[in-house]
Amino acid sequence: MKAKFLIPLLLFVVLVIFLAIGLNRDPHEVPSPLINKPAPAFEIAQLAQANKTFSPASMKGQVWILNVWASWCVACREEHPVLVELAKSGQAPLIGLDYKDKREDALVMLESQGNPYMLSAFDANGRVGIDYGVYGVPETYVIDQAGVIRFKHIGPLTLLILNQKIYPLLADLKKS
Amino acid sequence: MKSIFLVLVSVLYLHIAYANDAAPLADDPVTEQRLISISEEMRCLVCQNESLAGSRSDLANDLRREIRTLIKEGKSDDQIRAFMVERYGDFVLYRPPVKPITWLLWIGPFVILAIGIAFLMSYLRRRNAMAATKVLSEADNQKIDALLNTLGKNDRDGIHG
Repeated sequence: MKAKFLIPLLLFVVLVIFLAIGLNRDPHEVPSPLINKPAPAFEIAQLAQANKTFSPASMKGQVWILNVWASWCVACREEHPVLVELAKSGQAPLIGLDYKDKREDALVMLESQGNPYMLSAFDANGRVGIDYGVYGVPETYVIDQAGVIRFKHIGPLTLLILNQKIYPLLADLKKS
Repeated sequence: MKSIFLVLVSVLYLHIAYANDAAPLADDPVTEQRLISISEEMRCLVCQNESLAGSRSDLANDLRREIRTLIKEGKSDDQIRAFMVERYGDFVLYRPPVKPITWLLWIGPFVILAIGIAFLMSYLRRRNAMAATKVLSEADNQKIDALLNTLGKNDRDGIHG
């Protein structure tokens, strides 16, 4: 008979567990359906050399990182030193996707803050961003040798994410 | 007098400011109608409590433009929905699709309701059974009669309580 009085307590504990998990999740981090899918193809002009184009197909055979950024995006400025760090590590080529930006503004930002990108593609109207499911810059994708998206991070990268997620993943992908 | 005039003028200007903000209507009302019916069922990912139809965020603008192009290309509503889900996941749909991962979401409330009804039924049955088996003894009956009698007498004497 005593067990009966424990039922509300048990229900309460279950509720607390549900809330603890639910409330600690960031509702802005929507899981991307593109993970483990081929990176959408595109071919658009580059940022620095407008007469040249960039296409993900040209990166086939190597593990690379795509970082969506813009000069108007405050969080991108925050993330910038981390990207410089990533570029310095030489672990994987870093390609930028300059999202809905003005060419001059973007170039000025790279000049003043350093350019971690091997090159940046210039997505003036955000059409490529839509194909990649971008809904808030900055976003970062790790793409493998076969051109498959293996990881996506929404929001500014930090050294912690770099060390705990991206570097181990890069090492893993390069082995295969 | 002058201040009233000023207020009137500023109100006029306010009106102009709003007029500038009005969204450009598409040339084709049929397309626009379909755009609204599709995008009302979709979540804007930037401001998640707004529908894609109602949001003024930049991304929502772009996506509406994208849906408009798809409609003009002759894509069906389902194809357009699939286009969005491919990019942003089921999360963009306000009405989640029925599939193994969402079964709990869809039938969960009914399961909980069924459990509740089962509990209520068994409780009521138990209570009825208890009431039916309770038989008053002779002594109890006498006690009740005595109590009723004194109550009746008090009433006649005008004493209450």
